[in-house]
Amino acid sequence: MTPYTNHKPPRPLRLLLSVLTLSLLSQFTFATWQQTLNEAQGETVYWHAWGGDVRTNNFITWVGEQTEALYDVKVKQVKLSSTAEAVTQVVAEKAAGQNTNGAVDMIWINGPNFLAMKQQQLLHGPFVSQLPNAKYLDLSPHSAASVDFTEAVAGLEVPWRLARFVFIANSDQVKQPPLSMAQMLTWAQANPGRLTHPVISNFMGTTFLKQALIELTPDPSVLQQPATPQSFATATAPLWRWYDAIKPHLWRAGTSFPENESIQQQMLSDGEVDIAMAFDPAAAAAGIASGLLPNSARVFVPSKGSLGNISFVAIPYNASHTAGATVVANFLLRPETQAHMQNINVLGSFSVLDPTSLNAQQTQAFAALPSSEALPTLPDLGPTLLEPHASWSTQLKQQWSKRYSQ
Amino acid sequence: MLTALTTVILAPVVVGFGETLWAAFGILPALGHHNFSMLAWQQLFDLPGFATSLRLSLVSGFVATTIAVMLALVGSAWVYHCPKTTSISSRFKPFLKPLLVPILAAPHAAIAIGLAFLIAPSGWFFRALSPWLTGWELPPNWATVQDLWGLSLIFGLVVKELPFLWLVSLVALKQINVSKQLTLAQSMGYSHITAWYKVIVPQLYPLIRLPVLVVLVYSLSTVDMAQILGPNNPPTLALATMRWYNDTNVHLLLPASAAAVCLGLIIIASLAVWEVAGLLVRHVNSALIRSGKRVAKFNLLASTLSAALPITLMAGLLSLLVLAIWSIAWRWSFPAVLPSSWSFNYWLQLLTHWPLALQHSLIMAFMSSGMGLILAVAWLEVQDRFGGHLYRLTLWFIYLPLLVPQIAFLYGLKVGFLRLGLNGSMATVIWAHLLFVFPYVMLSLIDSWRALDQRYLQVACSLGSSYWRRFWRIKLSLLLRPLLLAWAIGIAVSISQYLPTLMIGAGRVESLTTEAVSLASGADRRLVGVYGLLQALVPMLAYALALFLPKIMTLKNTR
Repeated sequence: MTPYTNHKPPRPLRLLLSVLTLSLLSQFTFATWQQTLNEAQGETVYWHAWGGDVRTNNFITWVGEQTEALYDVKVKQVKLSSTAEAVTQVVAEKAAGQNTNGAVDMIWINGPNFLAMKQQQLLHGPFVSQLPNAKYLDLSPHSAASVDFTEAVAGLEVPWRLARFVFIANSDQVKQPPLSMAQMLTWAQANPGRLTHPVISNFMGTTFLKQALIELTPDPSVLQQPATPQSFATATAPLWRWYDAIKPHLWRAGTSFPENESIQQQMLSDGEVDIAMAFDPAAAAAGIASGLLPNSARVFVPSKGSLGNISFVAIPYNASHTAGATVVANFLLRPETQAHMQNINVLGSFSVLDPTSLNAQQTQAFAALPSSEALPTLPDLGPTLLEPHASWSTQLKQQWSKRYSQ
Repeated sequence: MLTALTTVILAPVVVGFGETLWAAFGILPALGHHNFSMLAWQQLFDLPGFATSLRLSLVSGFVATTIAVMLALVGSAWVYHCPKTTSISSRFKPFLKPLLVPILAAPHAAIAIGLAFLIAPSGWFFRALSPWLTGWELPPNWATVQDLWGLSLIFGLVVKELPFLWLVSLVALKQINVSKQLTLAQSMGYSHITAWYKVIVPQLYPLIRLPVLVVLVYSLSTVDMAQILGPNNPPTLALATMRWYNDTNVHLLLPASAAAVCLGLIIIASLAVWEVAGLLVRHVNSALIRSGKRVAKFNLLASTLSAALPITLMAGLLSLLVLAIWSIAWRWSFPAVLPSSWSFNYWLQLLTHWPLALQHSLIMAFMSSGMGLILAVAWLEVQDRFGGHLYRLTLWFIYLPLLVPQIAFLYGLKVGFLRLGLNGSMATVIWAHLLFVFPYVMLSLIDSWRALDQRYLQVACSLGSSYWRRFWRIKLSLLLRPLLLAWAIGIAVSISQYLPTLMIGAGRVESLTTEAVSLASGADRRLVGVYGLLQALVPMLAYALALFLPKIMTLKNTR
């Protein structure tokens, strides 16, 4: 092995070189971006996105109106009942050998679906760094926007909204919300049948288990590594003890569960349970605004923080309108777009941008947003806990079924 | 030539079924699985709760179908019962069909959601009694829906399938000279219900046999009703299969495919069991019938069923009513009997959204059911003229899409269409709809077609009428009722297709149902109300046409 030697050019030359490269690079970026814009003109982007939330659907419609006015790019939302439908579409196209002109231009995606598409090489890119508005993101290797459920984003998907796991309580019934998993157990014992979680095959059900696991496990850092039989057994032992204790006090004594978090919120609204869950800090405020939740609905998070992740958009490798989708993805990162999205009257989802990258005027736009009694502020939400490696979800699901499904 | 045409139309089914079958045995090249293996089956049988899922599917399927058939038979008897004194219930007879049609026309999911709200601990029934009678300020922790035995699922299936079987029976009864035979039997001292059971049912059942089998298949493979009314830990086998297909781990496509094939085999086995049981019942019954006993011992059963009949019908109608109320509600909390605030928001929002979806739905429904009907008539007529075993084989082929769970073979179907270079266009979606519409049209038509009294045609023939004249003026006009009913069923089937529209249309052909389902996954009863009612409206008009057009035409002819 030859020792590494650093052949640095003399200082002034270095400066000149870097200036040259920089300007060349920006020229290059500018030129290709202009090219992308030209290519995108007149395209219609088919954005495959879960369609179960009217406010999100309306936001996507708004995005389409804006991009049409600004760049002559239309957006058509393909409303899915599950993101897996879009993944299956691309898998089927690949199976049939259709490697161009695919039906899916853009997918609202994250976590396991992203992992599956990345592993099967079904995604276009890396393209994130080509976006002019990527400068508003913190793309350092370990930042929240660079890691999706511990999987490296690798420039294959663009963040667009922040998701945080929160509980929603009916504050008329729950005077003192349980702020830890231990308190949750005492609360359930005192209020039998008033707590439940979505089925574990649903991602919100798994998220609840993961949230409990992070809090109960002796060493949470283990969860960032792939689960081995050994580490899984050690890490999850306290979780199962806790779950065995709480299960008989759940709704229907833990024999039946709501199908997803929307059904669970409907149960809260019907008065069947007092606590629901969501992956959106604005869920309570939004639910009240649309009449889906009682006015007494309030968000709370465990005192040690809650799981957080980011919703991304990705472009399939065989998309028909790659340029158009790129333009739309870039539009989603505009500070104006993110501020509009964070408005409680629009979507109420927190921005994914790095606040330090914004200028005074942009910061002011965020500060001026209206607030709501049911909408927590960022400090209210406490620390964000990292998603465990994807293998933990898979094994949690299997182990839970083994223990509690007969 | 017709066989060739049918083959071409149904070819994608075989491709689709093939893909599923390969995947069940470990072959899925798109995900890098190239070798034959039984691993998928191993994984399937290791699924915790597999046995319970299987039991739930079988019990709910068989029990619901049996009850629905019995209710439909008793219900038809009631329609033909003319007591000397007019009771209150007999005044409802003229309204029966208009009452059945909305339940028949409404999507399964809408009825299920309405019914769940009706009977849930926080639902309408208990709200009406709370807190003044029950003292409940909060709903009780009872399992009146999604109970572990699947009782509420069975109830839901019966509520939804009864109107279908009842209407099919009433249409089929037009082929039998009911009143004459009943009068004769009653003059021999048989009570009305005994005469019905001993004389009419043995003639009626063969005419509704295939629709009954359809109900059995549906009940075994339903996903949307099971999701709302059935238990979910573990769920029925069909729902479990669907969960595996939708899992984020794409490699679960393999055991999911095995589960789908398994479900298909279970469905075929169940059909065989049902048919054998039918033969046994007929065998046992023929002894009973020949015994000549005037009043049989099943009066208790008959009266239980007669009591259950109005309850079932009411449950269906109230489910729709409650959805209608939800569609204009804003907030409606427990224990209020009516919403505390109202809003027409969702109906108004539709004005901007629905024209395109409605237009697509209508085009697809009319095209696919029209083509399905023409194809069915051509197929049956060719068989009448030329017969042959080949056709009998094709018949199974036609029914294939109904036997295999949709979620299972649609993935393969999609790959099949993509290989043919067809994707995302309206025509392809209509084709995909046709795969499901055609067998349903065929099923609801075939028995009535075969039961047509051939002597009419022979007489016409002996009078020198030409083949085409006989076909048009005699065959088709005698079969007008079943033809129109089959067409209306085709419309309803097409309107309700969710997965084929979404998957084959690549999500680009939006219809009322794709809009409704994607929105309803967000569990908003108000939206389900709006879309459910809209979805019911189109088939309702078709059914109304099917039921009342023949009446108007007969009136015209007799004048």
